[in-house]
Amino acid sequence: MFSKDRWNEILEALNANKFRTLLTAFGVFWGILILVLLLALTNGLKNGVSADFGDFATNSMFMWSQGTSISYKGLPKGRRFSFKLEDVEILREKYPELKYISPRNQLGGFNGANNVTRNEKTGAFSIYGDYPEFIKQQPQDITSGRYISYSDINEKRKICVIGEDVVKGLYDNGEEVLNTYIKINGVNFLVVGTFKNPKSSGDAEEDANTIFVPFTTFSQAFNRGDNVGWMAITASEDVNITDIKEQVFATMREQRSIHPDDKRAIGHFDLSEAYGRVMGLFSILTFVGYFVGSLVLLSGVIGISNIMLIVVKERTKEIGVRRALGATPWEIKSQILQESLVLTIISGMAGIAVAAGFIWVMNTILDQVGKVDNFANPSVNINVIFVALAILIVSGLLAGFIPASRAIQMKPIDALRIE
Amino acid sequence: MIEIKGLHKSYQMGSNSLHVLKGIDFSVKEGELVSIMGSSGSGKSTLLNILGMLDEADEGDYTLDNVPIKNLNEKIAAQYRNKFLGFIFQSFNLINYKNALDNVSMPLYYQGMKRAERTDRAMHYLEKVGLAQWATHLPSEMSGGQKQRVAIARALASDPKVLLADEPTGALDTKTSYEVMDLIQGINDEGKTILIVTHEPDIAEMTKRIVNLKDGRIIDDTLVNQVKAINHV
Repeated sequence: MFSKDRWNEILEALNANKFRTLLTAFGVFWGILILVLLLALTNGLKNGVSADFGDFATNSMFMWSQGTSISYKGLPKGRRFSFKLEDVEILREKYPELKYISPRNQLGGFNGANNVTRNEKTGAFSIYGDYPEFIKQQPQDITSGRYISYSDINEKRKICVIGEDVVKGLYDNGEEVLNTYIKINGVNFLVVGTFKNPKSSGDAEEDANTIFVPFTTFSQAFNRGDNVGWMAITASEDVNITDIKEQVFATMREQRSIHPDDKRAIGHFDLSEAYGRVMGLFSILTFVGYFVGSLVLLSGVIGISNIMLIVVKERTKEIGVRRALGATPWEIKSQILQESLVLTIISGMAGIAVAAGFIWVMNTILDQVGKVDNFANPSVNINVIFVALAILIVSGLLAGFIPASRAIQMKPIDALRIE
Repeated sequence: MIEIKGLHKSYQMGSNSLHVLKGIDFSVKEGELVSIMGSSGSGKSTLLNILGMLDEADEGDYTLDNVPIKNLNEKIAAQYRNKFLGFIFQSFNLINYKNALDNVSMPLYYQGMKRAERTDRAMHYLEKVGLAQWATHLPSEMSGGQKQRVAIARALASDPKVLLADEPTGALDTKTSYEVMDLIQGINDEGKTILIVTHEPDIAEMTKRIVNLKDGRIIDDTLVNQVKAINHV
């Protein structure tokens, strides 16, 4: 269909009035530019906000104990209780669909008092007792050494893995970190690894101020017995954590002798639900991007359609001559359609290219000024380009359709009479 | 070559119907050079349009090169026009953004001929009308006579059975008109059948047969002694 001759025909026709062709092309150029930029900005917002969720596995929830609010089995209301390690085992047995269940304990916290010392240096850090699985729920880049292992857990080794900021706070520049000791609340721990967050956004500051020690060591060293501060629970891919969390709570209420209707006894944060809500918002934003972009594009397409109508009108006589010389109606029609298609696609491609340039500039600037809240890496998926291309092809055909039909409506004899 | 029997054509003008052709019987043999004359409104252009398959008769038979021309849809009409007919218009009707060579090769393009062959053929016909060195010029850079010669080359390019010329000299001065007629006579001498619609008696004299139309009927059809245009140039 697109032989070299066809191309020549089309380009000749489009070149016949360059300025007008350019102005017409601008409408579609502008439409697709705005479409792609809108989607890129939406994506940037989405990337920024999902960075706030950190790398934590999204199909997760956190569960902690609060005071009971209903008296049950002779126990008073307002009773404080704590999950036990055996609860974790029960959950593992009962719910094989839960991929990771990490019991956790914490010491100190954000802006807490100084609790770690090394020689003459001191600092306030968050100290967590954790199991080896936790790194799979919240990925960390181990920059040197290793993470907690099960032999650490079993042998209750006094080791720790420390964040980059901890290193900065307690060590001189270039000092050897591994196999040195730090003192946490007066207990010596051997540093076996350092880490940093792969994506330093969100709570990066707090995360990098963190020290991980084996859960069992933590319990023993800081007198927690078999208490569990809270649990980070991740379900496997084929189950949504939101769907099974109520069952988990029920089991825990049974375990801890809590009234079955006591909703307030166990607190939780459902990361999956929160994440889903935010992502839902972005699907709507993406839809709005497509919608608004398409509408802007539509005005460009109408512009092309309009110009093609004028072109057809102007070339009525030429079309009459062509038909007298033996052009079939379909040949005339397809030429008009192809002209509009080529015009639409070329100007659309230019729009996409310029949008890509804009996105590149935005990213370069973002790289230079550093992190911006709730905005990161504006970009579009390659699929968006294909969708945009499909939209362009459809709109090009649409734009050419009415003019093309108009072109062959007039009989060649009438067309030839036009002066 | 052309056989017409009992051709009728009327146009609907609001509530009145205008009977333009009232039973035309007419035939043209191969190699003839015929002029169709008549005052305006005599129906000569309508006749030419029907012959050119640009318009369809209400009644009557039309046979071209033993092919009955009837019940044409636009597509078949276009293909027949391309195969059988070459058109020469009063206002040349060249495509103004195409150079002479591309204008001439246009009918060949619609035949689906390959570019190289097309260019060869078009160049051959441009040489024939004496405009080979103007091949790359746009119509706007040529004089009226040159444009009409390009149009004649274009009409010849597809090697049609019949050339139909609608007032081919109507937009030209006398000297140029005769030059164009000389060219047309030359083409006729090579055996091409040519029909010319004109209202200029001197042009009609340069054909071999004059058909006079009045009020939709042929009132006169005579063979004439052809005046050679070359003698008047």
